[in-house]
Amino acid sequence: MHAVYSFLTGPLAWVAFGIFFGGIAYRLVSRALLARKRDTAVFEYWSFYHALRSILHWICPFASVNSRRRPVLSVVTFVFHVALLAAPLFLFAHITLINEAFGVHWWFMPDGLADVLTLAVLGACIFFFVRRKVRPEVAYLTTAGDYAILALVAAPFLSGFWAYHQLPGHAAATLLHIFSGEVLLVIIPFTKLSHMFFFPFTRGYMGSEFGAVRFARDW
Amino acid sequence: MLDEPRNTQEQIYDSGIAKGAERLTPEKIQRVIQEMLAGEAGARLKTYVETCVHCGLCSEACHFYLSNDKDPRFSPAGKVKQTIAEMVRRKGVVSVDFMKKASEIASTECNLCKRCAMYCPFGIDVAFLMLFVRRICHKLGITPQYIQDTAHSHSATYNQMWVKDDEWIDSLQWQEDEAREEMPNLRIPLEKEGADFMYSVIGPEPKFRAQLIYQAAVIFNTAGLNWTMPATPGWDNSDMCMYTGDNDMMARIKKAHFETAMRLRVKKIVMGECGHAFRSIYDMGNRALGWRMPPVPTVHAIEFFYELLSTGKITVLRKYDKPVTIHDPCNVIRGRGLHEMLRYVAHAICEEVIEMHPNREHNFCCSAGGGVINCGPPWKMKRVNGNKVKAQQLFEAKSKGAVTCIAPCHNCHGGLEDIIHVNEIGMDLKFLGDIIYQVMEKPEQA
Repeated sequence: MHAVYSFLTGPLAWVAFGIFFGGIAYRLVSRALLARKRDTAVFEYWSFYHALRSILHWICPFASVNSRRRPVLSVVTFVFHVALLAAPLFLFAHITLINEAFGVHWWFMPDGLADVLTLAVLGACIFFFVRRKVRPEVAYLTTAGDYAILALVAAPFLSGFWAYHQLPGHAAATLLHIFSGEVLLVIIPFTKLSHMFFFPFTRGYMGSEFGAVRFARDW
Repeated sequence: MLDEPRNTQEQIYDSGIAKGAERLTPEKIQRVIQEMLAGEAGARLKTYVETCVHCGLCSEACHFYLSNDKDPRFSPAGKVKQTIAEMVRRKGVVSVDFMKKASEIASTECNLCKRCAMYCPFGIDVAFLMLFVRRICHKLGITPQYIQDTAHSHSATYNQMWVKDDEWIDSLQWQEDEAREEMPNLRIPLEKEGADFMYSVIGPEPKFRAQLIYQAAVIFNTAGLNWTMPATPGWDNSDMCMYTGDNDMMARIKKAHFETAMRLRVKKIVMGECGHAFRSIYDMGNRALGWRMPPVPTVHAIEFFYELLSTGKITVLRKYDKPVTIHDPCNVIRGRGLHEMLRYVAHAICEEVIEMHPNREHNFCCSAGGGVINCGPPWKMKRVNGNKVKAQQLFEAKSKGAVTCIAPCHNCHGGLEDIIHVNEIGMDLKFLGDIIYQVMEKPEQA
């Protein structure tokens, strides 16, 4: 068990973070070079002001027409993304591990809040799952991969919750937590989860086109 | 539900698609798609296809989806799934039937209106993706017949309607003659070098709607403007090659147009009330030629009428007394933000303006633009029935009292005309020019 733990938190963690950061860098740089070659419009019409304006309208709930049309989904999506990023980044246990390894630390949230955020992520995953099942326009688009990604996103949160609360089998849950977290990091750059880092560019480009060339809103 | 036919028009026969498909083999399809993906598909296409998280939020942006009982195959992402996403996923290994369907979807079920880009959280440009599909179809020779014929006309004559060089000049002189009955000193100046602006129209104006040239001439003469029209090919600003994916011809047409304006040494081009031509000049054709912005400043009729009215170059004698509503055309509203100028003009010339909802950037498309009406009679009912939501929008405006609908775009005009007729909405349809000509103060009245 200890050997597995050491492997997961040692070499595999290095590999996972390496692929995560390296993968994102590779995807962004190679995509930018391709755009330089084939989509010169992206650079030509890019406007930081209009890009930011559009991005802000689309990350704040209710700041776009479509967001106002779907209040429940807007709130769930917003809470989901905030919780998804905040819980792992500001978790006491994670920061302790990083502090022990590298001697750096930052603000952490109370464990109670982390629990709430974790449950929010899991609740949102269930919401998204049901939405994919019941809404015809979403069900039509949904692939097996979409469900797999949903499961892979939920896994570290579920196993983390399990481990923290010392539920039966928590030792295995701890290992599963670390492993599933690493799997998630590795797949982010190469799956639909790449929307994490492509979002500012797709939205920003449309915002630039609409704002600086078309003189129209895009929200 | 999804196993049922998409609609009663499922088996529409289009000789362009059908005959073209007879010449196709899976090997040729694979080769062309792979060449396109390796050669022309850039960062945008790849990122759009990879980033779409299948959330379905684009669906309700699309009039085809809303009007076909929310059949998910008509949603923007649904159309991507059935076309380019599948071609990318299968690396071009798709059947002839798949490509026939893809051509139909890209050319007759999407108006490239970009409303969905305002509903997708990522700003994915489905119009861009559908144009890429059309380009693959162009390379494979399975473009719908009617629009392909229009593209051929562009190739052969540099205009959309097979108008011969002398017929063009004859039509202008005929309209000049007609208008002189009303305004004896009126001129339609041809080939006047150094004029303030070149007035450019689309092929259908001399062919079917010559009165629009008459009206424009009366307006310009009344305002005492220094203008001209070319007597050579290059006069037509329209561009259906832009919509068939024939990018080389799109560039050639626009080059002829810009060079005509440059030869006449005009300060700017003023365009008639056409939406897609504006897209070609301001968005796609100029870019195909390597111009970030049009090399000759180009002003759409809405903006030009706004200038004439706001500077007092034309004055209104008596406002149009029937209540009007405004249809916002995608290519000049989402494409150029002219919605407030359009309202300024409408209020300046009409007693009462009743807004349609949604409006401005969020207005529903006419379902004719993006080359869809140009796919001709085989697809007419699919197009009209694919926009019941527009009929509803018009009905609502009518119930609030609107009698006339202003649509400052030729394609919108054609599309709305069919929608109004088929749904028996009973509404008049006007260009801004129609009303301005009717209500303005003319010299003999002054």
